[in-house]
Amino acid sequence: MSMTLTPEQQEMLSGAQGETMARIMKTLVMYGETFGAEKMVPVTSQYGHTVISFGIGVMKPVYDLYDKLIDSGAKSRQEFSADPRPLDKNIPTTLLQDIVFKKIMYPQQARYEAQLQKLGIMNDDAYTCACYLPQIGNEPKRGDVLSWAESSAVVYANSVLGARCNRNSGMLEMMGSIAGCAPYFGFLTDDGRKADWIVEVKCAKKPEAQLLGSAIGMKVLEKVPYIKGMEQWLGTELDDENRAYLKDFGAATASNGAVGLYHIANLTPEAKDMGESLIREGAPTYVIDDAELERVKANYPCVWKNQYAAPKLCFIGCPHLTMEQLHDWTDKVVSGLEKNGLEKVAIPTVFTTAPAILKEFKKTPDWPRLEKTGIILSYICPLMYMNNPLCAKQPVITCSNKLRTYTTAKYYTTGDILEMITGGGK
Amino acid sequence: MSKEFKGRPVVSGSCTAEAVVSHGGFNTLASFQMPMMFGDKKIKCGDQNNADLYKKPLAHKALCLPMTIGSTTGGMVLFTVCSNNVAPACMLFSEHIDSLAASGAILAANWTDVNMPVVDQLGDEFLAYVKDGMQITVAPDGTVTVS
Repeated sequence: MSMTLTPEQQEMLSGAQGETMARIMKTLVMYGETFGAEKMVPVTSQYGHTVISFGIGVMKPVYDLYDKLIDSGAKSRQEFSADPRPLDKNIPTTLLQDIVFKKIMYPQQARYEAQLQKLGIMNDDAYTCACYLPQIGNEPKRGDVLSWAESSAVVYANSVLGARCNRNSGMLEMMGSIAGCAPYFGFLTDDGRKADWIVEVKCAKKPEAQLLGSAIGMKVLEKVPYIKGMEQWLGTELDDENRAYLKDFGAATASNGAVGLYHIANLTPEAKDMGESLIREGAPTYVIDDAELERVKANYPCVWKNQYAAPKLCFIGCPHLTMEQLHDWTDKVVSGLEKNGLEKVAIPTVFTTAPAILKEFKKTPDWPRLEKTGIILSYICPLMYMNNPLCAKQPVITCSNKLRTYTTAKYYTTGDILEMITGGGK
Repeated sequence: MSKEFKGRPVVSGSCTAEAVVSHGGFNTLASFQMPMMFGDKKIKCGDQNNADLYKKPLAHKALCLPMTIGSTTGGMVLFTVCSNNVAPACMLFSEHIDSLAASGAILAANWTDVNMPVVDQLGDEFLAYVKDGMQITVAPDGTVTVS
């Protein structure tokens, strides 16, 4: 192997810490060498995060392997959070769906959650894709090296927080957390964080975060964009509203393309410090105006059998909603219903958020207001809910471009969704 | 008549198999999840967005592709199809392998008994030349022969 390892890493690789640890290290070394890494660097964040939160039946070999790791004494060096749980009894389901979820889709759930406890999950509420939100307590610092995989969390941590993490795969990220190191390549290096594309936003009004992210993701794929023209709407400070916007924007870039890092002029930390020196020489420019966003939206395929079917369910919160977004949506839904003379939402609607935020929100005066509208508040992963043939046949709507990409859910802008669920679209 | 292409062996090995070709990014989760869920031993591609491969069998075929796309669970999905012995016979990338496919291939190489050779950087010409049904032979040094 051509990678230079520290004595401790070499010891792991040679089997001094057992055969399982040797195979973990060999896996990480092969992964690094594939991308030209010459060394491993320590994982320095306080907490880890795993993208695998589901005990899905067909993935049984994964849980069998995790048993092997646990039996050999392996444990994550950091406590970690995990993606959202795939099941929540509060979500409306039919008897058949219940059977499919519990017996066919997720029969390994209890086994897997017990494994996560042994491997070091932070707590029973640490199941969210937005683990970096303050209520969860897993917010990496600038410069921290992470071994994460959840694409929306990786792009947020890299771009908004200035942490350093590659777009790893599930399992591989856990092995990095167990070994305590990650191969040094890609977004871990200064050069890997330079921008390959310039994006000039020339819209007449603030673009919808998930639509802008989609357009950029589809254009630049896995490359790093440097985005100009957003200052008039976002200013220069990363306040709560901007962080929520960038959470949704980043998730769309990562799922509609494979973006792991973006820079926004005068706003994100590295762009603020280094400005346009971050841009590689000869980087091409992509201009986005309102017409371009309309073009992108109009080209989304609708995979509903009957594309005019009446929506039966609406999901809002992929990635999970922030506390501020929950308050904001509550105000908008309550006002919309009042305006339209309704008490309850016209389409069954689920807001999804982290368990810790859900609990905190339920203590606020906005919870009874939201509850009265009939909206269900859940910690579920909408993607996991949709990812089976029964739910895939349902006409589900969403303002999440990530959910649109991976499932049969149909995308509408937040304004359209609000109109539809409050009965204004009748 | 046969043609040879030279790539980089990411996971070294040899095999002979029939080609299936994706000209766009191959979505690992979308392609494998549904057939695995329904116990389809042929692993007919479940990704309706992949016009090249949708409903075509992938198990034990030489999967030719530019790169993989989609969810970061992609690596564990690839590991699972290998564990269940329904993986492609080999994966042949025209471009540099992406991090998710590399993770899956390397996990499979280290944690299963399956030998699934993986070769990358075969070039655009490889993907333009190879067609469904052609015979593919992979050598441990990354030489791919298409006939």
